[in-house]
Amino acid sequence: MSERKIRIMVAKPGLDGHDRGARVLARCFRDAGFEVIYTGCHQTPEQIVAGAIQEDVDMVGLSCLSGAHRYLFPRVVELLRERKADDITVIGGGIIPDQDFKMLYDAGIKEIFTPGASLDSIVDWVKSHIKPRA
Amino acid sequence: MNNDKDEVQRIREGDVRTASRLIRNLEDHMPEAKSTIRRIFPHTGKAHIIGVTGSPGAGKSTLTDALIESYRKQGKTVGVLAVDPTSPFTGGAILGDRIRMQRHAEDAEVFVRSLATRGALGGLSKAVGDAIHVLDAMGKDVIMVETVGTGQQEVEIMNHSHTVVVVLVPGMGDEIQAMKAGIMEIADLFVINKADRDGTRQLQTLLMAMLDMAPEFPGGWRPPIIKVENVFDAVTFKGQVGELAEKIDKHYRHLVENQLLGDRLRRKSLVEINEALSACLLEPVLRDLVSSGELERMLDKIVRKECDPYSLAEEATKPYLK
Repeated sequence: MSERKIRIMVAKPGLDGHDRGARVLARCFRDAGFEVIYTGCHQTPEQIVAGAIQEDVDMVGLSCLSGAHRYLFPRVVELLRERKADDITVIGGGIIPDQDFKMLYDAGIKEIFTPGASLDSIVDWVKSHIKPRA
Repeated sequence: MNNDKDEVQRIREGDVRTASRLIRNLEDHMPEAKSTIRRIFPHTGKAHIIGVTGSPGAGKSTLTDALIESYRKQGKTVGVLAVDPTSPFTGGAILGDRIRMQRHAEDAEVFVRSLATRGALGGLSKAVGDAIHVLDAMGKDVIMVETVGTGQQEVEIMNHSHTVVVVLVPGMGDEIQAMKAGIMEIADLFVINKADRDGTRQLQTLLMAMLDMAPEFPGGWRPPIIKVENVFDAVTFKGQVGELAEKIDKHYRHLVENQLLGDRLRRKSLVEINEALSACLLEPVLRDLVSSGELERMLDKIVRKECDPYSLAEEATKPYLK
């Protein structure tokens, strides 16, 4: 009777109050059958990581439209590593210039979705890359 | 075995990762989680468990957040279990109670965990009882359990908590609503939240009239009514939340002093043994029926009206009840 369910945290790091995209995504993950914890806006990386560990999520999806992703995204990965929780996958999205992709991938961000990415493509990515932990 | 002992030890030392993983395993019905919870059980029973219930948008999460602050000021450690509904169509869920409580995320003495109902009907998740044990074993002084937004009859929370807070807002209905059975009966405390809105006086009068009609209160505890106003007026709001916290503590002392805590614990124990029995009895039967394909044949018979479900159930369980 045991059944694993994918748990995802959708988070908005930094000083960025534009969360329509994050909300749409949260709703879309819900419709895909995932359990979604939404943190709301203005989160520090520390808050996000503490929350992700308390919630035992499989993945954290970061949304950032403020331009501060070069600091905020890697910081989340770094803190997860410090807390020995780097088995939690981190992906990102928002207004991310092409030239920043490599830097973010190198920092441990597993995938990046920018405006124009279809919701289906994001859900498909999650389904094929995120396995609920044993 | 050794590993298992370590797990219990880690939880008792307050290790968040181990605790949150165990709660996940309990939600997912992992068999090994059940054996861990057995070992955890002897280390529970110290926390004051507070249930917070009320209709959607009544302000349960915001009040819970404010209560966390209040308890932390007293130096108490806090665990929160916040339940939100699972979609009956997709099985997915949006767990959004945490939004109101994220400011405590970095406080190591506060543990907040969201749970989805996963089909449970009483306003909670099936895993809530066990998750409470986990937080209790972690040494949390206070455990708050926030139900889904409830309607009239999601009263399951009373079986899991020592103190039930029912959060109401003005403008929800007439006096007949207040007379109805169900959620209005289970309150140890009433909060009239958003009490700066119209209709507060009326609601308070209704509640008082309803309470006046009660034949008796166990141990003489008449549920107090606490008004909480505008969250954006920090001074008033904090004062009123302080009053709420004080009354909650008073209720707990009342239970202890009047030997009523035992009744609550028995009520909780009855539910736990019921659930454990049903797991022991029902699950093996269902598993066999599913794997043999017999369940589908039974459904066919019921649909074609060849047989009623009661006789089928009796027939199917006979071999197990020797």
